[in-house]
Amino acid sequence: MRTDKIGIILLEVLAATLLIVFAYPLFIVLINSAKDAAEIIRNPLSMPTDWLQLFENVKELLSRDNINYFQSFFNSVIITTISLIAIGIFSAMAAWVLVRTKTKYSLVIFMIFLSGMVIPFQVVMLPLVRLLQTMKDITGIPFKDTLHGIILAYIGFGAPLSVFLFHGFIKSIPIDIEEAAIIDGCSKAQVFFKIILPILKPIFVTLLVLNGMWIWNDYLLPILVLGMGGDVQTLPLSVANLAGLYDKEWSLILTSVLMAALPVVILFLFAQKHIIKGMTSGAIK
Amino acid sequence: MEKALKRLRKIGKKVLYALLTAVIIIILPFILIIRIIEKLINRDILKFDSKKERGPIGSFIINNWLGETYKAQNNRVFVYFLMPALGTFLLFVGLPFIQGIYFSMTDWTGLNDPQFIGLENYVTIFKDYAFGYSFFRTALYSIMNIVVINIVAFSLALLVTQKLKLKNIYRAGFFLPNLIGGLVLGYIWQFIYNRALVQFGGMFDPSILVSGDTALIGLIIVVTWQYAGYIMMIYIAAIQNIPQDLVEASKIDGANAWQRLRTITLPLVAQAFTVAMFLTLVTSFKQFDTVTSLTQGGPATQLPLWIGSIYQKTLMPIVQSTDLVAINIYDEAFVNRNMGIGQAKAILFFIVLLFVALIQVYYNKRKEVEL
Repeated sequence: MRTDKIGIILLEVLAATLLIVFAYPLFIVLINSAKDAAEIIRNPLSMPTDWLQLFENVKELLSRDNINYFQSFFNSVIITTISLIAIGIFSAMAAWVLVRTKTKYSLVIFMIFLSGMVIPFQVVMLPLVRLLQTMKDITGIPFKDTLHGIILAYIGFGAPLSVFLFHGFIKSIPIDIEEAAIIDGCSKAQVFFKIILPILKPIFVTLLVLNGMWIWNDYLLPILVLGMGGDVQTLPLSVANLAGLYDKEWSLILTSVLMAALPVVILFLFAQKHIIKGMTSGAIK
Repeated sequence: MEKALKRLRKIGKKVLYALLTAVIIIILPFILIIRIIEKLINRDILKFDSKKERGPIGSFIINNWLGETYKAQNNRVFVYFLMPALGTFLLFVGLPFIQGIYFSMTDWTGLNDPQFIGLENYVTIFKDYAFGYSFFRTALYSIMNIVVINIVAFSLALLVTQKLKLKNIYRAGFFLPNLIGGLVLGYIWQFIYNRALVQFGGMFDPSILVSGDTALIGLIIVVTWQYAGYIMMIYIAAIQNIPQDLVEASKIDGANAWQRLRTITLPLVAQAFTVAMFLTLVTSFKQFDTVTSLTQGGPATQLPLWIGSIYQKTLMPIVQSTDLVAINIYDEAFVNRNMGIGQAKAILFFIVLLFVALIQVYYNKRKEVEL
């Protein structure tokens, strides 16, 4: 018994040490974003002499109008929220009719969605850029460098995985509930929005987390659709833009890194359980 | 003769109905819009009465699509509900994918009108030593990455499933780097390698990003730090699913910790290994944003002799040492403006990735144990 206890204590120490190793890079970012440029060069490892310098750096960052931090932050928020809601509802709608209509068409369409999951983004990215231009030429509506363009693209790219996960979940919902509702006078649309959608809540949360992490942090699709330094920027784009413009001006870059990471970290602290559960259950399926 | 004619007519009818259905599917959204307008102005514009006598085609359309029969309602809901997801998916993924296969066989530069040139692009990329090197580096990087991430993640999972006091804090802490985007992480670690670690001197001075091979290791450290926590969560879920009576029975039989790990834990989490290795494989192959911000593909280095000899080079040219395939494709397309060649590289990349992933899943599946 005593050796067991010593073993546990050793493991506890080991885990704590590893945690410090894992957290150290983030700690370095934190202490260095509270230093001015000269202090970073002098000693990047020491604690900052004046923590208030952090606010100076933030102020400096916000004053650079070619970065437009607030603008890109709100763009990121808008793009992520609208895409998440649209992907969730549209995919659930598609998955529901695919499960409940047992014809060969629905099987073929489901297979088409599945094949979309194995296509890497690199294969479609070049024609996509051209397609967005063509769509502008045909309809006169710009799709490049616009919010609706990138949101539509996210719906298309997010649909396969979401339809797949919803499809698996809806199959386990007994059809009796729907039949009872139809006998009680529900239309098919009402059956979906009033009965099926609430049942889908757990898998909906999973998808919010999975898609949310992807869209919030995504860099490749925004750089293709929005372009670096365009009218509409997302957070990753503006961090990259900043790092490119003020090469090696680390006090600014690290402050912007901190401000880009902070919203997600805060969200994680509040919704830890959902996020971890969402990400793992999504992967295992 | 008469039988054949009858069959032909039957097939003709089927084709006709399929065409009609396709046309109606395109028309249906417009009808939906008109219906909404009808509701708004409170007047009937469209009247589809299914009881009225019509020709065979007319009654087919009314009964199956436009009328108020059960079948027509079902069909309409099917189309309306499917349209948003399927439409955007086909428009932004399906169509570009098919176009891409064609563009990979053209001389497309992004500015011209693409002309068909057959398989010339594929011949070009097979002669391209930089792409060969890039593929080799990606394979090397992916193998090391898969091994390192899975070992680290599995060890962490074993550690935090022990009876530790703060295990939830450890789990959250190990998971945290995964929340931050790859691009942002690249900048963080560029600072750490180039500024912070250099202070320690020794092997960290000059920065490990300066030389090719250590830069690749540096990249693996970053990606492991980012991804291990996520893979750890998958292993934790699997380890917690192991029935406790098995573990206890083996304890009573006198098995030590190592024997328990080898004979119980490892076989029973084999399914998680399949998933985790698939995920790490795909992410390592597609690695893009962390590399762009950490090394920009560099540092430059000389092409290794053995790769040079395959391409029959006598003087070894300069190549980029962390120029992974995803970066190479992007640069070929948007820096060199060879969209056609870039697209051919992407198609090749897709085929290799699909092939490797299938082999990996097949081999891992054979090792799984069903409970």
